[in-house]
Amino acid sequence: MANEQATDERVKEISSFRRALIRPELGGMVGTVAVFTLFALFAWDSGMFAVQGVMNWSIVSAQFMIIAVGACLLMITGEFDLSIGSMIGFAGMMVAVFGVVLAWPMWIAILITFAICIALGALNGWIVVRTGLPSFIVTLAFLFILRGFTIYIPQTLESKTIIGGIRDAAEGDWLGAIFGGKVGRGFFQWLGDMGVIETFQRGTREGQPVVDGIPTLIIWAIVLVIFGHIVLTRTRFGNWIYASGGDAEAARNSGVPVNRVKITMFMFTAFCATVLAVCQVMEFGSAGADRGLLKEFEAIIAVVIGGALLTGGYGSVLGAALGALIFGVVQQGLFFAGVESSLFRVFLGIILLAAVILNTYIRRIITGER
Amino acid sequence: MNKLMKKLMMATAIVAAPLMVANTAAAEGETYVLVSHAPDSDTWWNTIKNGIALAGEQVGANVEYRNPPTGDIADMARIIDQAAASSPDGIITTLADFDVLKGPIMNAVDQGIDVIIMNTGTPEQAREVGALMYVGQPEYDAGLAAGIRAKGEGVTKFLCVNHAIQQPTVGERCRGYADGLGIELGDAMMDSGTDPAEIKNKVLAYLSANPDVDGILTLGPVSADPTIAALQENGMAGDIHFGTFDLGEEIVKGIKGDIINWGIDQQPFLQAYMPVVILANWDRYGVLPGNNINSGPGFVTKDGLSKVEEFAGEFR
Repeated sequence: MANEQATDERVKEISSFRRALIRPELGGMVGTVAVFTLFALFAWDSGMFAVQGVMNWSIVSAQFMIIAVGACLLMITGEFDLSIGSMIGFAGMMVAVFGVVLAWPMWIAILITFAICIALGALNGWIVVRTGLPSFIVTLAFLFILRGFTIYIPQTLESKTIIGGIRDAAEGDWLGAIFGGKVGRGFFQWLGDMGVIETFQRGTREGQPVVDGIPTLIIWAIVLVIFGHIVLTRTRFGNWIYASGGDAEAARNSGVPVNRVKITMFMFTAFCATVLAVCQVMEFGSAGADRGLLKEFEAIIAVVIGGALLTGGYGSVLGAALGALIFGVVQQGLFFAGVESSLFRVFLGIILLAAVILNTYIRRIITGER
Repeated sequence: MNKLMKKLMMATAIVAAPLMVANTAAAEGETYVLVSHAPDSDTWWNTIKNGIALAGEQVGANVEYRNPPTGDIADMARIIDQAAASSPDGIITTLADFDVLKGPIMNAVDQGIDVIIMNTGTPEQAREVGALMYVGQPEYDAGLAAGIRAKGEGVTKFLCVNHAIQQPTVGERCRGYADGLGIELGDAMMDSGTDPAEIKNKVLAYLSANPDVDGILTLGPVSADPTIAALQENGMAGDIHFGTFDLGEEIVKGIKGDIINWGIDQQPFLQAYMPVVILANWDRYGVLPGNNINSGPGFVTKDGLSKVEEFAGEFR
């Protein structure tokens, strides 16, 4: 059996070194190493690599990661979702409306919000599949529709655009804690007591460590990345995702339920956006109409840095996660390095361009296209 | 491929290097970070940037300006966390959303970093988060003062052009203005968006739909500049009562040309300049003014425009 396979003329021999190296994530890996090297050189003693600093860029990266996982899988199925950012604002506002204005128990508010947002994702997908319109246009419409509602609803109900009091309403709520809690408090307190990490010098939290736990936001990001990676690379559904994005017609002819796959991915993207939104409102205690502005592009940028193809059929969740990490580290790192903040976009542009060029090169090696 | 990778890394490093070195090696004194809530597109904050730069230069401190590129307040909270993590001697920040920013600011204070609240926020909120003081213009009071003045000048029904609907503190200006006039705010506050063409057309549409409006209040150059253009187009310029918050080049021209009755200057320069000076003296000699500082409101009319004109957009 093994012999037969080795002599199969359709299978080309690839050295294991080459196989290990030439992967869709390679661009992301190179970028990550480059970015960390750069900041280690220029911002080593700025506090960026102390516990508090690490936590800072980790949280920002985790935020990007959560939405990038959804955007990545959707992009591999060959579709876009430009309504991610508006969905974040909308979902946060829904939690506030149900949990604070209507004063329902927080866990019900959160579950209903998830239901509404995933349904909206399904609607997005259904319209795209049914009309055959580019998802770019359909979700662009939802970008405006959802943002409009996010401003209109709280203004009508409360005549303001920020609804606070969510933290109090979520006090002691089991589901709220899953989104806005922190884990490992005891461990960090111990580290603080041991003097490994700094403690607060004054105020009500004197003696507590400056980093008192890992936010569940980061756990969510890691879980979603692992989940996305396994689904994409180890399951039949993952193959369907690639097939739907690669050539929808060919996939349909070989029995892949392309429409169902696409709608499911729209729903998953909405789910990811809602996860981020709920984590945000639980942590900050208020929902604002301006939350999530332009986040859809940040998600897409992270995915593209991570090596996915804009036209679908090719990409990797791990790559997208690395793209999100690069994005987060660069965004916060530039502050640590003391770079004029308006130059952030310049760096972002350079990184995006470099990543795309490198990724195209790597992809040509993998797929053999010219 | 290795060659390409190396080239890319080199290119990034070469581009990045001078920018990074330039700022870190600039000064040897204390480090103060100013965090604002303004998106990159809001040019009004240029005065703030110039203000801290001048103060930093004069007192010999290292100053940095940071803001969330899209104006997302949740991102701003991360930036304050980040600023605290880099252990500066002081943080100067706006309090655009108390719920969101309270936590990060209090953490910074408890970590031993001195904080001054500037621009948005209230003296009470500043005290609550443990800041040294508040430097700015109390928004509601400024709006109220504007309303009372406008009432004396004959305004009976008004339009408030709000280009920052997502910031509740800015909306307070409209509320104060209505209360000053002694009338209900109702639907007089317009969510204009930030796009100049859009603002202009919305104002034109509102004024033709509500011909009895005899007063306009704009909340900054972002909404004032297009409103000037709108009034010039429909011929109401100079006829309708027009007050605005903040100053800018176009606004100054408007005041000079009798289109705008007055501009309310909150003197952003002071909001940036004073905190740096105060923090430096607090760090060096332990002296601190006993009160909050009201940087505004000051009404700027046609008289005494020369200094304003000279430094509009730079220090005024």
